[in-house]
Amino acid sequence: MTAAVARPRETTRSLLYLNGVTVSFDGFKALSNLSLEIAPGEMRAIIGPNGAGKTTMMDVVTGKTRPDAGEVLFDNGAVDLTTKDEAAIAELGIGRKFQKPTVFDNHTVEDNILLALKGDRKVRKNLFWRPNGDAERIGEILDTIGLAYHRQRLAGALSHGQKQWLEVGMLIAQDPKLLLVDEPVAGMTDAETETTAELLKDIAKDHTVIVVEHDMEFVRLLGVKVTVLHEGSVLAEGSIDEVSANERVVEVYLGR
Amino acid sequence: MITRRLLEAPDGRGWIFLGLLAAAAIVVPCLNVFVPPSSPFHISTTTVALWGKYLCFALLALSLDLVWGYCGILSLGHGAFFALGGYAMGMYLMRQIGTRGGYAHPVLPDFMMFLNWKELPWYWYGFNYFPYAALMIVLVPGVLAFVFGWFAFRSRVTGVYLSIITQALTFALMLGFFRNDFGFGGNNGLTDFYDLLGFSVRAPETRAVLFALSAVALGLGYLIAQAVVRSKAGKVLIAIRDEESRTRFLGYKVENYKTYVFTLSACMAGVAGALYVPQVGIINPSEFAPANSIEIVIWVAVGGRGTLIGAAIGAILVNYAKSTFTIGMLAPYWLFVLGALFVLVTIFLPRGVLGLLPRRGAGNNVPSPIAPEARLRRDVGEGQDGGDGRTSKVGVPPTPNPSPRHVEDMPSASGGGESAPRLRQGPATQPAE
Repeated sequence: MTAAVARPRETTRSLLYLNGVTVSFDGFKALSNLSLEIAPGEMRAIIGPNGAGKTTMMDVVTGKTRPDAGEVLFDNGAVDLTTKDEAAIAELGIGRKFQKPTVFDNHTVEDNILLALKGDRKVRKNLFWRPNGDAERIGEILDTIGLAYHRQRLAGALSHGQKQWLEVGMLIAQDPKLLLVDEPVAGMTDAETETTAELLKDIAKDHTVIVVEHDMEFVRLLGVKVTVLHEGSVLAEGSIDEVSANERVVEVYLGR
Repeated sequence: MITRRLLEAPDGRGWIFLGLLAAAAIVVPCLNVFVPPSSPFHISTTTVALWGKYLCFALLALSLDLVWGYCGILSLGHGAFFALGGYAMGMYLMRQIGTRGGYAHPVLPDFMMFLNWKELPWYWYGFNYFPYAALMIVLVPGVLAFVFGWFAFRSRVTGVYLSIITQALTFALMLGFFRNDFGFGGNNGLTDFYDLLGFSVRAPETRAVLFALSAVALGLGYLIAQAVVRSKAGKVLIAIRDEESRTRFLGYKVENYKTYVFTLSACMAGVAGALYVPQVGIINPSEFAPANSIEIVIWVAVGGRGTLIGAAIGAILVNYAKSTFTIGMLAPYWLFVLGALFVLVTIFLPRGVLGLLPRRGAGNNVPSPIAPEARLRRDVGEGQDGGDGRTSKVGVPPTPNPSPRHVEDMPSASGGGESAPRLRQGPATQPAE
């Protein structure tokens, strides 16, 4: 955090730039000197065994957790994310999908998307809000995620897989510059996993996406550059074939 | 524009509620004032005052339901805002006494004379003017709620901790108002009123008008609250109640929404308190008692949390029961009855009395009928229909081949279990890896 102060702006060509990020919880280092760069338009998979720091990394980027040290810069280094809260970071254009599907159970599928749609987040604006063209945009998104038939159902009545897709739809509605997707296929059947991979590839055409997973097979389906985390820092980087051939990675995944 | 928004907010049930209120506001005062006491249709002034009091409690319950039922803020200190509104009205009424008081001082109320005070404290200035007092009735609870909310919600105090602080808030105010040197009449509070805007507060006609005004205030409060919860901001409030963290990650400043709705609710509670005081003829620090605030929560729970109308009905029902019970030999057991009522309602009627009626707005959630084949096609690859897993929990057996009828049932059936708002300790935290 201290290093970020003196840093000149516009020093990096990356959309997201993490340098030497360290986070510890009661002495346990969840992230230790983690450095990572994501180029604009890139889709990146981040894998690692349980406890590697994947979710903590997302928490740091989205403002949920403040790092003890290191810099977290967004948009070619223009914004220091460590100084912003969750809502401000979301407004900057970073969307997040949680590990456990988190949708608003008591709202309809339509309203879930509506709340996520890009637009003014101020109280007064939303008190006097009137629908204008939102219905069509919501329809498009629901078509993309395959939930058009469920538009008026309560989100709480959806199946696990459908909730995951709805949350992806909410991310699309936010239209963020950077999407963080945490374990999108956890608990999904093979067929659902494939559909989700297609969906994410589709989204990646015009968004920068980071997918956190520990399912190697799913990452193979995505076919993108992979970063392997272990004990809070980067262990290896490269294509899925490269990293799965890496001895250290195999060791970490299969146990010593 | 605002009028239009208010008028398009209520649904069918809302209009019935407003219709009943309007009828009560007209018929009850007329039966009291114009029908002679000998007639069986006459309503006594005592009854009018009693029901006027219930209406004020209903507005108070409505204001609590707005924050608790729709935004998950379980305030255990709403009695404080009610009492502050009441005190503001009481101060105006005290200033109207003038030379008719025991000490016949034109400016100083009796209790100040008794304490040997020489002049009026600065915070009593202006309360001889009704418009100023009316402003303070809304402003004082509102500002307190805003400042409180600003600090509490910004520091992300939620759940039980927030409830405890609100309880502490009302307790602290009670201790303050009990003190004589606080300048609000101490233990005895403010009482022995004469005039309200030139009309005697003891006259049956004034009582009848106050009853009608309470009904109007409740109706207006309902319209405003309903317009808020039906707006997109209202959807955000529900989102905050259910998944606060998720709402933040969508870019909503949760603390601003909470502060806004908490302040609005406090203003409504203040108005309720102001209408209550001339009808009961006294305001004293016991109104700040923590137990009072907890009782409001019970009213809302009994009527049906998150329904607005239910909160009002709950307040009237419980207070009617209280009035009935506390006369006669059953009086010492009232608190047991109240406690039992709360426990039973929580267990057997999680959606309150209003939950006994057919579900309102089921029509909103009914999906467009889908041909079963189309639905099945959509569900291919899901293995099982996960939606049924939830439905079966509330008693609708899962059907492998859902008929359109079943499809229609699902949202309302699962909504029955789901929409009963749960007490949540904030959002589930993501495990740190």
